[in-house]
Amino acid sequence: MISWANFISQCFNGLVLGALLALISSGLTIIYGTLGVLNLAHGAMFMLGGYAGWLTFTYTDSFIAAVFAGSLFVMVVGVVMERVVIRYFYTRPHEDQLLVTFGLGIVFVETIRLFFGSLSKSVPPPAPLVGITPLGFMFYPTYRLALLGIVAAALLALYVVLYRTRIGMIVRAGVEDSVMVDSLGIDVYKVFMLVFGIGAMAAGFAGIVNAPVVSIAPDVGEGILVQTFVVVVIGGVGSFPGAVLGGLIAGEIISLTSMFNPGYAYVMLFVAMTLVLVVRPYGLLGTAGRE
Amino acid sequence: MTSGKTPANSGFSRRFLLRQAVATGAGLGALSVGGPAGLPLIMPAFADDQPPIGTWPAGSQGDTVYIGAATPRTGPYAVQGEDELKGWQLAVEHINSGDPLLQKIAPKVSKGLLGKKVALLVADSGAKPNDAVQEQQTFINQNKIILMTGSTSSAVAVALNKFAQREKILYTTGISGSNDTTGKDCVRYGFRQNFYGETAANAIGPVLLKAFGKNRKAAWMTPDYTYGHTVTQSSSDYLIKNGGWTKVTDQVSPLGTQDFSQYLTNIANSGAEILLNVNWGRDAVLSIQQAKQFGILPKMKLVIPYQIPFLAKEVGPDLTEGVYAATDFWWTLEDKYPLAKAFVEAFYKKYNYRPEWGANNSYMSFAIWARMVSEAGTFYPPTVIKTYEKGETFPSTVGDVHFRPEDHQLVRPVIIVRGKAPKAMKNSEDYWEVTEVQPGAPLMQKPDAFGCNLGDYV
Repeated sequence: MISWANFISQCFNGLVLGALLALISSGLTIIYGTLGVLNLAHGAMFMLGGYAGWLTFTYTDSFIAAVFAGSLFVMVVGVVMERVVIRYFYTRPHEDQLLVTFGLGIVFVETIRLFFGSLSKSVPPPAPLVGITPLGFMFYPTYRLALLGIVAAALLALYVVLYRTRIGMIVRAGVEDSVMVDSLGIDVYKVFMLVFGIGAMAAGFAGIVNAPVVSIAPDVGEGILVQTFVVVVIGGVGSFPGAVLGGLIAGEIISLTSMFNPGYAYVMLFVAMTLVLVVRPYGLLGTAGRE
Repeated sequence: MTSGKTPANSGFSRRFLLRQAVATGAGLGALSVGGPAGLPLIMPAFADDQPPIGTWPAGSQGDTVYIGAATPRTGPYAVQGEDELKGWQLAVEHINSGDPLLQKIAPKVSKGLLGKKVALLVADSGAKPNDAVQEQQTFINQNKIILMTGSTSSAVAVALNKFAQREKILYTTGISGSNDTTGKDCVRYGFRQNFYGETAANAIGPVLLKAFGKNRKAAWMTPDYTYGHTVTQSSSDYLIKNGGWTKVTDQVSPLGTQDFSQYLTNIANSGAEILLNVNWGRDAVLSIQQAKQFGILPKMKLVIPYQIPFLAKEVGPDLTEGVYAATDFWWTLEDKYPLAKAFVEAFYKKYNYRPEWGANNSYMSFAIWARMVSEAGTFYPPTVIKTYEKGETFPSTVGDVHFRPEDHQLVRPVIIVRGKAPKAMKNSEDYWEVTEVQPGAPLMQKPDAFGCNLGDYV
């Protein structure tokens, strides 16, 4: 059963899953790192991206249009959510922030259910990416291979924005000390709005590019949210590289454990998280004092 | 329970007891402690032959009797839960109006049940046992429900079985495919209408051996709870014993899994020729779609040992073409059974789609319950249970059926269907062709084979 080919295949599965988790988690972690708000509606953002993309696809038959529509729609939702609700919660206790984002998540999910029902909706991959690709030692779904590239490109884009632009510099400064950024004369609230939009967009983008792999349904974000939190904790809260590293580690743990006993896949994930917390309480790439 | 305060009269109500028990802070666990301690205080006050039990007689003293349904409207079984709900709603409507279809099954029902209106209370269980039990507890406290229903996960069915027995309130399962529901976890207060792992396996087994031959290599996909384990057990036992098949791998996944790549990779490397997918609801949809992505389908032959409502609609008929499945009901049975035709027509008229087997199961469960109550002439639970246990034959949407008194399982046919090719479909819901209707009795295990011990009436 545990052959060389199977091992490599599982490593691949872990890589694809891990890349996806990395992307979603990076959105969550920059929002938390900058704004101090733990966005429990992040899973719903992932779901909304899928639905907006699917709806666009049914009208345009274009996967590219679906990806753009899914990402932009969720970014707009994120910005509106920040302006209308979240900004009133920056100074309130964490429990209030958790409750309000949790509640918003439920509202998003049930609104979608009201309009589209619970039946799964599928978005086919673009024509050139349909089918399976022989990799010598195994066959692998072509779109999943492409997904690896797509997600890697998105992470790279996020990296460039965060580390190679002025706005990224402000965001990173905000993660370290938002009060100081504010007192330097930068309108930190405008930055907050932008960060919330970008973080949400990362989830929305992941939601639509993942739709050809996992058909969408109103609850699609729920399971992802839990895994994403684990990734953020493993990688270190507020750390973008941490989210990427944590995502890949989580993906590999889930996949490789499944090879031996699928029943333990998630147990091992939580064991890993516990070990990280014992050895490095702020996560692998986190730093003390970030909040 | 607070001691030292012996009530002067029977004003020390069940509701008070419940509230006190909950108030002790130990939640449901406390009820089992609070119950027995409190009971002797009330029991002597009623000396007639029908002492209060459960919500009786309080629950049936008004002009309306309530039924509590805990069904998944969110989560992986939401689609099936919603369909089930429609079946219950139609049945309640038919009971209250004295519909001719319902009267064929329950002749003594005429506009309501024993002169009372029937009302359905609904809560979303998310297919989680704890949620379902808490919701039913609320319905008991607030509405004194006289019947509980709902599951769409055998884990919920088993939990509600036990809860029903403890609370002494009747329970008819919703969809529940585990052998345990009327096997080792059977109860006096629980009844199941639909087919289950063992009857599904014994019905589809011979069909598979005929279609695919002996000595084949098969992989199983199993959801990790009582339903999955017992259906996989029954189906693999049959095929290994009678056909010399080999179980090359069994991929067990948690309920609610979305990415099946790890499991499918193991299957792709297992050398299996046939894939028996026991996953259910959205898990089945996703695992089948992803099996296609990995090229496992159509390379391996797919078999659905326990049919999933709306599967073909969700994955598309391309993927279900030629697939064998065991099921409880399929709408084209209307050509064979007049009651099925009446049911499908009534359902279609109200909801504008043809019912799946979950809705049929719900409708039949309530129709049968109405029959038993009206035959018994009382809502008193032990008398209703004994009416079920008479084992009388009555008509259903799949021909004549009867309850087995030893384990409260309905003896009913299992339907074998095969997926139609898209171009052979006569309408947009014509996904499956009924290939066989197998009589129920020969498919069932001996009543005690799975360790059923029903427990007490009072």
